[in-house]
Amino acid sequence: MSFSIEMILFGFLLVMAVVIGKQRNLFAASMLMGIFSLIAAGLFSLMDAQDVAFTEASVGAGMSTVLFLATLALMPNEEKERKFSWSALAVVTVTGAALIYGTIDMPLYGDPLAPVHQHIATHFLEDSWTEIGLPNIVTSVLASYRGFDTFGELAVVFTAGVGVTLILGIPGGYTDEVSPTGNPVHINEMPVVRAVSKALLPFILLFALYVQAHGDFGPGGGFQAGVILATGYILYALVWGSTELERVIPRGVVERITSVGVLFYGGVGVFSMISGFSFLDYSAIDPEHPAHGQHLGIFLVELGVGITVSAVMIVIYYVFTARGVRGLLEPER
Amino acid sequence: MSPFLVSLGLWNYWLVVVLMMVGLYLVIAKGNLVKKLMGLNIFQGAVIMLYVSMGKVSGGTAPIFIESSPGELAEGIVYSNPLPHVLMLTAIVVGVATTAVGLALAVRIREAYGTVEEDDVTRIQRLDELHEIGLSARDALRELGSEGEEE
Amino acid sequence: MSLLDHLPVLLVIGPLLCAPLLVLIRIPSVVRWLAQAVVTATAAGAFWLVQTVNEPISYRMGGWTPPVGIEYRVDKVAALVALVVTSVAAIALLIGHKAARDTVIKGRLHLFYAAYLLCLTGLLGMTMTGDAFNVFVFLEISSLSTYALVAMGRRRNAFVAAFNYLVLGTIGGTFVLIGIGLMFQMTGTLNMADLAERLVEARDTRTIHVALAFMLIGLSVKLAVFPLHQWLPNAYAESPSAVSTFLAGSATKVVYFQLMRVIFTLFGASYIFGEARLGTLLVPLSLLAMFLGSAAAVYQSSLKRLLAYSSIAQVGYLTLALALGTEEGLRAGLLHLMAHAVTKAGMFAVVAIIVDRLGTDHIAALQGLSRRMPITAGLLVLGGIGLIGVPGTAGFVSKLALVDAALGAEHVFVAGAILMSSLIAVVYVWRVVEVMYFKTESEGPRLRERPASFVPAGIFLALMLGMGLYSEPAFELARAGASQLFGGMP
Repeated sequence: MSFSIEMILFGFLLVMAVVIGKQRNLFAASMLMGIFSLIAAGLFSLMDAQDVAFTEASVGAGMSTVLFLATLALMPNEEKERKFSWSALAVVTVTGAALIYGTIDMPLYGDPLAPVHQHIATHFLEDSWTEIGLPNIVTSVLASYRGFDTFGELAVVFTAGVGVTLILGIPGGYTDEVSPTGNPVHINEMPVVRAVSKALLPFILLFALYVQAHGDFGPGGGFQAGVILATGYILYALVWGSTELERVIPRGVVERITSVGVLFYGGVGVFSMISGFSFLDYSAIDPEHPAHGQHLGIFLVELGVGITVSAVMIVIYYVFTARGVRGLLEPER
Repeated sequence: MSPFLVSLGLWNYWLVVVLMMVGLYLVIAKGNLVKKLMGLNIFQGAVIMLYVSMGKVSGGTAPIFIESSPGELAEGIVYSNPLPHVLMLTAIVVGVATTAVGLALAVRIREAYGTVEEDDVTRIQRLDELHEIGLSARDALRELGSEGEEE
Repeated sequence: MSLLDHLPVLLVIGPLLCAPLLVLIRIPSVVRWLAQAVVTATAAGAFWLVQTVNEPISYRMGGWTPPVGIEYRVDKVAALVALVVTSVAAIALLIGHKAARDTVIKGRLHLFYAAYLLCLTGLLGMTMTGDAFNVFVFLEISSLSTYALVAMGRRRNAFVAAFNYLVLGTIGGTFVLIGIGLMFQMTGTLNMADLAERLVEARDTRTIHVALAFMLIGLSVKLAVFPLHQWLPNAYAESPSAVSTFLAGSATKVVYFQLMRVIFTLFGASYIFGEARLGTLLVPLSLLAMFLGSAAAVYQSSLKRLLAYSSIAQVGYLTLALALGTEEGLRAGLLHLMAHAVTKAGMFAVVAIIVDRLGTDHIAALQGLSRRMPITAGLLVLGGIGLIGVPGTAGFVSKLALVDAALGAEHVFVAGAILMSSLIAVVYVWRVVEVMYFKTESEGPRLRERPASFVPAGIFLALMLGMGLYSEPAFELARAGASQLFGGMP
């Protein structure tokens, strides 16, 4: 049954990708990108990857769409017509053919005897319950077994924050603000939008905290929570304007908070080093009961992830909206 | 196993490859920088799909331990492979980070050149170069114009 | 555990944790010296590491036994690459202090330094790790920060260069990710040592063949192997001087090391050059890169672009050394990695002085530079001599080793080609010399040369001469590293 549903969703994805390619209105294309991500999230969920689905829905459908829209507010939305590129088609055909050739010797989809399920994956499925004891195996692997990858991933997020601010950031306030939809009319003049978003906001923030704390037991964790928290703030800025958001949390403060999470995560690792263990060995937190130390360590690093991710997302949003007209009026080069 | 069944068991890998190639095509063929980044997103999304497909075990369930009673794991439950999921959480985050930096660059290009179309940008860059070697604006334009006719 | 046990990790997390600190502190003077201190400390640490590593060091991240957890695995070559990267980073940052003030908008200085440190983190993380997926994560850290740094160039072209680099770099990175994924699917592991063992059985499947191809293509994009080099000239030419100095001496070197590990550690030379016959493809591509890169360098009108195209040719030498498929070739490759890092970084450092004083790097603007800035012109010539590979410079040592290896592998034609392409280097270096020393029609006034500005270039070129005149330590290091790496998985 789900076999055919997956096929249908795949079909949708393909159609969507082609339509995004054809669609010359970029505003429409970025909305379609959001739908693309949502369908992909549905597919991930069908393939038992709830955590990936959750992340794709919040990051892909949520954050990326906001970024695309914020960009399009600063440039024309019509794409220039361009001829069909035969050379690109040739490159793509060769690459695709090579990949399809490579699939011939692959284990079949869903094959439980595939090598990928036989080796280290069995360790996570069989021993993580005794070694760490969290129901959500993805969280155990993410934050502990491969905790260093996650630290690197957090560094990627932090780098994005640094990079975007370096490229786009303008010191100072928001004198010439444009709303990210490019619409000069402030949404806060629309009573329905205002009322609905006012009612939604506390639930979004609460949900973020729930996802942050619940990552041990079900899908969720610092990344998803961070993005949801940021979405709450961005919604606030969308309705009442970035200037208003800046009154709640000044930009300089958020920019500094981006580093707090990374330092927090790294701090946990350094603590275990000083205690004579390996970097990020959470047993150091409670050497008598390693499993308890793991719990605590995972909770702490997930907190670090949540802090940096949410702050970086807000900073990126700030930077894009603050750019506005000022970038055009005062070209630096 | 019959060839038909074999091919049926690989269908979603093939669809993933096609999706990947649609994304790659958009990156290479599109001239609009924002559209290129959309293509890049689709390309990366398809790679994520490839990994997640690997992790699926038929008859399996999401890799979250099911307890029969508190502290006791239920017996005989097949879980899908958690490792590809973990890796792809990272890949998704890397993807959005790249998109953010790419869009920031696109905004600066738009401000500096007044356009985000690749061919227009190249044309202006060419004009800059001619200008730098001392050609007057009119001569440079003429030079570019003749090039345009050749195309 | 002693400090030495933690050293590989400390080298990576040092700059990684320093970057957020800079964002917290923000005070320009503090930020500058803190960054310089941390980068210099990593260089000192890497030096210590090179001294002590004999057998590969293994470090278990999070205390988990590999292959379940992530492993750091540092052998002689990894330590050597780390030393090159950190030293180049430390010296190039000296240029950065001035360049950062000039090019980065006020109030964002701390971000420039943070991005620089993150780039170093990414490069070191790739070097130290023994886990294939971890390579991808740190590759992306270094790539993202590089895109931002390149965009800090003085001209508006810098944004376009950074964007194109971002697109190509991401495609390259994603190809690597596909390669890792396919290998993972056929072996069930991500640890490189474990992969190497399990690939012996799995490598005769079509899936692994394709995986290998994607890994190699992805890395080749990042390394700028001909014909996947298009991003490099603009990225090098448009980025701020400090950044191009840093990149020229480090980024491609680390990716080169990854290529070595795929070939020698994961698959083994006998498979790659025997059954997969990579040599038949890589030798002609390397030769083309050497000739076309050098030839293109001759026709450049700007100094940075000239050096960038010369880098493409130098990547040709590097891949040629691998393509020979012998231990001697590998040794020559390691030597050339060191030699080219100091030579090219040194030349970019000289260009930094010129750009600072003249405001341009156009070759036509260099007329009469021998009288306007005699010391600078002299340093530039010295670097050029090193690039050609005249005896007494590091380039001579490595090119000799390469010719030797080519002859040893009975590639007489290749050995001849190496000498021929060095002749083209003479042409493009001569073009610059001619303008500086023999064209005096429109000579400008004499310019003051500040002694402090010579420090970075001076150190690089002194290292270059040192390695050329007293090559024993470098040779010994390359020999030990090559035999360790060539032996497959230790």
